[in-house]
Amino acid sequence: MAKRVMTVDDSRTMREMVTFTLRKAGFDVSEAEDGQQALDVLKTAPVDVLITDLNMPRMDGVTLIRALRGDPKWRSVPILMLTTESDANKKAEGKSAGATGWLVKPFDPQKLIDVVKRVAG
Amino acid sequence: MHNASPRASAPVAFAAPPGAGPDPVTITAGQFITCTLDAAEYGIDIMAVREIRGWAATTAIPHAPPWIRGVINLRGIIVPILDLRARFGMPLTVPTQMHVVVIIQTGTRTAGLLVDAVSDIVSVAPEEIRPVPEIGASVPERLLCGLVPLERGMVALVSLESLLTFDEEALAASADASALHS
Amino acid sequence: MSFDHLRATYFEECAELLESAYAQLAALAQGREDADTVHALFRAIHSIKGGGGAFGFGRLVGLAHAMETLLDLLRDGTIAFTPELVTLMLRGTDALADLLAAERDGAAAPPGLEAELTEAFLAAAAGTGAPASPAAAPPAAAAACDTGWRLRFRPHPAMFRNANEPLLLVRELRRLGPVTVAADASRLPPLERLEAEDAYIAWTFELTEPAPRDKVEEVFEFVIDDCELEIEPLAAESPVDLVPASPSDIVAPSGERPPPTRPPAEAASPVRAEAAAPSVRVDVSKIDRLVNLVGELVINQAMLLQHASILPADLCPGLINGLETLAQHSRELQEGVMAIRTQPVKSVFARMPRLVRELSAQLGKDVRLVITGEATEIDKTVVEQLADPLTHLLRNALDHGIETPDAREAAGKPRQGTVHLGAEQRSGRIVIELSDDGRGIDRARVLARARERGLVAADAALSEAEIDELIFLPSFSTAATVSAVSGRGVGMDVVRRNIQALGGRITLESRFGQGSRFVLSLPLTLAVLDGLVVAVGSEAYIVPISAIVESLRPHVEDIHAVPGRGNVLALRGAYIPLLPLHARFGVPGAVTDPSCGIVVIVETDHAGRLGLMVDELVGQQQVVVKSIEANYGQIGGVGGATILGDGRVALILDIPGLGAGVPPTTTRTIQPQPALQ
Repeated sequence: MAKRVMTVDDSRTMREMVTFTLRKAGFDVSEAEDGQQALDVLKTAPVDVLITDLNMPRMDGVTLIRALRGDPKWRSVPILMLTTESDANKKAEGKSAGATGWLVKPFDPQKLIDVVKRVAG
Repeated sequence: MHNASPRASAPVAFAAPPGAGPDPVTITAGQFITCTLDAAEYGIDIMAVREIRGWAATTAIPHAPPWIRGVINLRGIIVPILDLRARFGMPLTVPTQMHVVVIIQTGTRTAGLLVDAVSDIVSVAPEEIRPVPEIGASVPERLLCGLVPLERGMVALVSLESLLTFDEEALAASADASALHS
Repeated sequence: MSFDHLRATYFEECAELLESAYAQLAALAQGREDADTVHALFRAIHSIKGGGGAFGFGRLVGLAHAMETLLDLLRDGTIAFTPELVTLMLRGTDALADLLAAERDGAAAPPGLEAELTEAFLAAAAGTGAPASPAAAPPAAAAACDTGWRLRFRPHPAMFRNANEPLLLVRELRRLGPVTVAADASRLPPLERLEAEDAYIAWTFELTEPAPRDKVEEVFEFVIDDCELEIEPLAAESPVDLVPASPSDIVAPSGERPPPTRPPAEAASPVRAEAAAPSVRVDVSKIDRLVNLVGELVINQAMLLQHASILPADLCPGLINGLETLAQHSRELQEGVMAIRTQPVKSVFARMPRLVRELSAQLGKDVRLVITGEATEIDKTVVEQLADPLTHLLRNALDHGIETPDAREAAGKPRQGTVHLGAEQRSGRIVIELSDDGRGIDRARVLARARERGLVAADAALSEAEIDELIFLPSFSTAATVSAVSGRGVGMDVVRRNIQALGGRITLESRFGQGSRFVLSLPLTLAVLDGLVVAVGSEAYIVPISAIVESLRPHVEDIHAVPGRGNVLALRGAYIPLLPLHARFGVPGAVTDPSCGIVVIVETDHAGRLGLMVDELVGQQQVVVKSIEANYGQIGGVGGATILGDGRVALILDIPGLGAGVPPTTTRTIQPQPALQ
């Protein structure tokens, strides 16, 4: 069965880009616009890898990661953050919240696939 | 303007006869619906034909040229009906229930052509199409885009693009008429 | 989905992001500075940058990055917003908009468009002592060695908490070449002291393939801070105290981890939810299809009702009742669908501040734009069509209306001019006002100009309102010199035509020296209209209710012939010119004697009141407006068409167009004729 990935980003372009790239690589991709929506959707539709932006309205990425890591079910699910190089502090914050890895925007499509495969196994 | 209908066969381009307009007319070979108006037979590109329906009463358009028979409601779209016979310089058609309206579409425009009846469907190869001679035609030359000799006679191919480009004329006519009234 | 589709999405999204950025900046400019505003602005610029990078829009990314660097400092309060910074941000956003437009259109943006701005942002950020834009990390040295690598790897507990798997790291390493693995379990405590969340095992990997060092490091990219990792060329002698192990011996601790004892850290505590109602994005063509379908449904329902009306009322009361309920529901459905089409005027108003900023700079004027009622909703099509006329009016106001600061001061006005752009809903129409406190219309000059051009007879005496009307005449321009700002050729006549094409009206009020006010009155929607069905001969026409003043059956003694000007109707002391519709439209078989028909009195914008002569009134109904232009063309005096209950097409009268068909001489107030006394 194809690995399920969720992309959480308030930017439609980024979401579509991640979806576009990963679908072509054979992943099953779902989307959420912010942390809160991601949490709501994940309750009923779990995934194998989560990719989240950090800057988002309603619930930002760091809060989302903390919320997920607080739930036993989510302890071992890889979470990747999408950051920009200027986001050094945010990245550290995300890591301490429990992010598995990160990807610097703008990402190279192949790199995205490689990284997702690296953490998803 | 080029014929907008999609088609696999190659288009054949003709330079329009002098005085018939600056643009070369492109006509594509293929299938044509023919209809008879008095003695002559006219061909309408089948790719442009959307449907053929019976004649129904129209709503008159103020100050339109006489060959605009008015507009009808075609499933929610307002479509003008042209009297093809009158457009080609012949007397107005006296429509009966036996008359038909060929609904055509070119580009974004839709219109209905009032004709006596639809007679045939003919296949025309590119090399069969002859240019329209400049003189001796009673029909304004630019309304035709080619002649096809057939065994039973000649079919004149109607330039639907030109036929449906009538706003300037119609408006001019409308403006003249309203000037008279005011 | 394709790459082009992604690009389209990006540009579409950027339009929204820019709109949001402008909105936040407007709030900041008004001193409404709060964390949400700055965050939202940051996110907008950040998202523009993110997507831009993906498409390789380097210049755009450079500028957005500089803006983001500054915004980051503003966001965390390192520096505070000043009016100068807001202006700088606005200019930056303008430049982003230009760069985006250039990328979208495949045109090269002017070189150096953003260079100065980028510098300014970085300087503003650097001025605070905070580090300026960190350059992208230099590429890691692609060092390789001939033999391969030995890696000593000891994970920290943190690594497991972040769902990183040693097993996956080994797999990843294997992709670079053959790997031998040795586990060091020497730190493993006795079972009873084993902590599930701790890390006890270390590994030594030997990669016997001369892979580049950065590739090797990349495998450990995410865990480098959560482990001890030594990487050395294989040639170096390794410690000997390692027990060789096969990969199957690797202990993967994650599988044995019992449920956690640690309480969830700050469980889902939603950050202040933004007060945006959930929304769905729908393709406009889908809505239009729905609008058309509902229109058809309403027509169909009207037809059913008409057919049923010929049945005896007591034949089937259930049917009649059902049809009436259907009519009610159809009407509600139609209103609901129409509401989907509406959109706030904000989307077009939001473009105006930039225009004012740029024009004032260009013209050396100081202008404040005050916008009100931007949440007023109007049909989407109308909103889109408003941009050009509004832009034109605003240009005019700045170019010809507002004076230079010195001239204003000399006139005893504040140096800063004010332009007010407002929208409000007023009795079924949307009224948009654009007023300025500039010099107003110089009527003497307008009149002189009109005479010079032969638009007005030299001896004609015109009222103020009539003089104001002159500026709407084709190619009338009062600017002594045609300026670069207002351009040439396009005049107020075009603005009026555009507004009329939307079923709207435009009027002007002006006081010399004090300013001008343009009032645009527009229909809420273009798609439906309340109309009065009138019969003329065998034809039916629709008169828009909004234009109707009253209708009456005239008494023969109230109708007077004015030589050369047709008939007028005397009504309560005024004389109203009569327009026989049958003559205007050339309809045969209609009532020609005015006293035998009905006169519908309508209000026209520039021709005053007009009495339309019709045969009879058929009824009032809401009609779905259909385009007649799409397949035919414009018809003078006709604004569109509709389909009546019986399926027939009826033309909708365009009242301003009808008035325009009447020569201006007859539209003036008719002086009572001596013969009438």
